[in-house]
Formats: sequence, C-alpha cells, structure tokens
Amino acid sequence: MAEDARKKTFWERLIQIDRRVIYLIIALAMILPFFFQMGLPIPVTKEVKDIYDHIEALTPNDVVILSADFDPSVSPELLPMFDALFRHCLKKDVKTIAMSLYIQGPGLIAPIIQEAAKDYQKVNGVDYVFMPWIYGYTLVVMDMMEDLKATFPTDYYGTRIEDIPIVKKIENYEDYDLIVCFTGSSSYAWWLLYAHEPYGVPMATGVTAVSAADIYPYIQSGQYIGMLGGLKGAAEYETLINEKRMATMGMEAQNWAHIVIILFIIIGNIGYMAIARKK
Amino acid sequence: MHISINPWVWLGVFFTFSVLSFLYKDNPFYKLAEHVTVGVSIGYGMVIIWHNALIPRFYMPVFQEGKLILIIPAILGLMMILRIVPKYSWLSRYAICFSVGGGAGLAIPRSMQASVLRQLEATMLDLGFTTTQGINNIVIFVGVLAVLIYFFFSKEHKGVFGGIAKLGIWFLMVGFGATFGYTVMARLSLFIGRVLFVLQDFLGINLAG
Repeated sequence: MAEDARKKTFWERLIQIDRRVIYLIIALAMILPFFFQMGLPIPVTKEVKDIYDHIEALTPNDVVILSADFDPSVSPELLPMFDALFRHCLKKDVKTIAMSLYIQGPGLIAPIIQEAAKDYQKVNGVDYVFMPWIYGYTLVVMDMMEDLKATFPTDYYGTRIEDIPIVKKIENYEDYDLIVCFTGSSSYAWWLLYAHEPYGVPMATGVTAVSAADIYPYIQSGQYIGMLGGLKGAAEYETLINEKRMATMGMEAQNWAHIVIILFIIIGNIGYMAIARKK
Repeated sequence: MHISINPWVWLGVFFTFSVLSFLYKDNPFYKLAEHVTVGVSIGYGMVIIWHNALIPRFYMPVFQEGKLILIIPAILGLMMILRIVPKYSWLSRYAICFSVGGGAGLAIPRSMQASVLRQLEATMLDLGFTTTQGINNIVIFVGVLAVLIYFFFSKEHKGVFGGIAKLGIWFLMVGFGATFGYTVMARLSLFIGRVLFVLQDFLGINLAG
C-alpha cells in the first residue's frame, strides 16, 4: 500500500504514459511537415538506380510489363511506385503492358494510367496497353510467357486484342525486356518462378517496406535487377525521373515520424534502465 | 482550400476516421468500417469473377464455341463448393487433391531452382580482404554458415559449434532489426496515404505548392 502511495518518479510516469498520447504526437509529426516542408534530401540507392538505368537503356521497340499485384490496403506505398515507373516508360516511349494479377489491381491503377497518359499525350493501344484482370494468378504468368494474345482476349476497356496496334508484334517471353511486379504479398515469387527462372526475362520488383528485407537475397543472387522498397523507393524513383509527386510529398512526413519514433525508443530505454537501476 | 463536394470522397473520409478511431478504443464506427470493407471486397470480387472469368472463360467457350472439355474443370469447381453440404463434402477432396497435386508439381521444382539452388550459387563468392566487395562477400559467406548452424539442432550448441550458432543469432538479430525498421516505415506510409487523401482530395489543399 505504501509502495502504491509513494510519489512516482519522472521516468515511471513517462514509461506509463497513455499510448494514445504517443499516437497523437506521431500523428502531428506526420501531418505538420505537409505544411512546413524543409526539403530534406532523398538520396537514391543502388537498388532503385539499377532499375532506372535498365529502363533508360531500353529502346522504343522494347516491351516492359508493369504488374500491379496489390489491393487497396497497400496502395499508399505501391501506387506511387507504379505511377513513377509508368511515367518513366511513357517518357522513354517503350511499349508498356500495364496489368494486375490481383482482382482489385486494375481498378486502382486505372486513374493513374489515365492521368499519366494525359500528361504525356499517349494513347492506350498505341503507346501502351492496359490489360484486364484474368483469373489464374500463376497460370496467367505462365500463359502470357507462351502467348500474350491468347491470355488476354481483350484489353481493360474491352477492345479485342487483334485490334490493338501495340501488341501486334508482341508474342511471348522473347519479346519482353523487363517485368516489374509491384506487390505487398508473395506475388514477386510467382513472376520469379514462372517468368524469370524458366524464360530468363529480366525482373525487378516494387514491394511494401515490410517485404523489402526479404528481397535483398534475390538482388544479391542477380535474379532481380533491383528493388523499390516502400514509399522511400517510390520517392527515390520520382527523384530520378525528376517528378516530385505523391511519394516525395510523403517522405518529409516519413522522416519526421522516424525521428520522433527514434526519440521515443531512446527515451523509453533510458527510462527502463533508470527504473531497473532503482529497483 | 476547396472542400470536396463529391459524396464518395466524403464517404472515404468518414470510413478513414472510423478506422482511425480504433486507436482511441474499439467502437461501433470501427466495426461498421471493418464489416463494410469485408462486404465490399467480397461483392466486388464476385462481380469481377462473374464478368472476367465465368462468362468469357466458361460460359462463352462452352455454350457458344462448343469447347465441352471445359465442363471437366467446371465439375471439379462445383465439387470444391460441395464442402458446404455436409452429406457430399467428401467430394471436395477430389478437387482439392487435383489442385494441390497440380500446384505442388508446378511449384516445387521451380522453387528449388529459384529459392534454393540459385541462392546457394549466390554464396559461392570471391572472398578477400583487399576490396570492399571481397569483405562484403566474407560477411555473406560467414552469415549464411552461422545462421544455418544455428538451425542445426542435432548437435548440442556447445564449444566452437555453440559459438558459431551464437554468431548466427547475431546475424538473425540484424535481419530482424532491418525488418522491424522497414515495418515501421510501411505502417507510417499507410497513414501518410490517408493524410494525403484527407488534405488533398477532401480539403482540396494543394500540397505540391
């Protein structure tokens, strides 16, 4: 009883702080930077630069597949990546196939594609093609490695595949020069297993930050050209193509939140040690 | 600042705050948002499957083009659904056998190639102390060996063997630390997405400057 009644020390009170206060501080640390931008630098990592360099080296006859294999739960991280790479492909005039193995993917990327196409004055079916969702996941990957036109009878807008100019000369894996899979799950492995390994199509991936650490072994082994990891990866790519968009705007908030969290971890540990020493 | 007049944006904002309200405590708004998410996802999925899979991949080929072979996988699919009828649920096992057998047959050899053999190959490196790459390669080589030894449980972790296993724990801890850091970054990114939606799409604030 006497123990309960004694006055709590500063560290004891700090350690027992309501978690909602912490949420509030982190929320403020993330919202305020949108209004007071300090222009913190976004250094580009080798994993991102390698993808950029690969696309830069492509010619207008080359074909890039961008597969948005995700749903709304991870779209804040992956949509900016898709947006940046799609814009880079349009800028480079490479033939781009935009698609998704996930049922909710096409609905998410449709507005991004339309906006980018409008900005670069590109036409669906001529400069790029937007494919619909087809049931099958890994089977879709295997099918399109063998025969693109048989896999997708129409594009996303219902135009018959035979009537789409851009795919006339695209047959199968021999015509693909890069596959980039954007995913918050294990679908990067589907492309790796059923496209890269058997057919040798160059691959890169854009993953949520949670999955980023799992990808490094595949980069080290040379199976992936590179990787975009989380919002940071997307912001790095926006820096490379010189278009500061969704990801770059979010990075300032991300940086400040990290600083606050690091401070909390340090303070929490000092408090824990101070209390432990007293006991 | 131009507050949106689009009702869908307002609905999005309502559900955003409903979900975030869970951080304060569990409440009916959070429950509503949770149930709506599940319901909408399933409903959306069913409609897309109907239009993009069943009609063009089954109905049209079978009934308009006469590709009767497709009736066999359709029957297997129906057998799978019979799991919900207790009297005939045993039939679903045949469909599952087919699915598991086909899936495993396709995946196992390729997984061995992509995730085991290629990774083994990637540990056979030029080791050396004269270049940065050489030192990196030593770290990779030692790390892989130490972690593998940590997961070898047929010999007691004592002596030199135990020391290497302990080194393996250190490598694992570094890996977990990196994963944790990335996870924090991922969760913050999701919140940033919602903040951008509220500030730009709802409040109409031009953040691009």
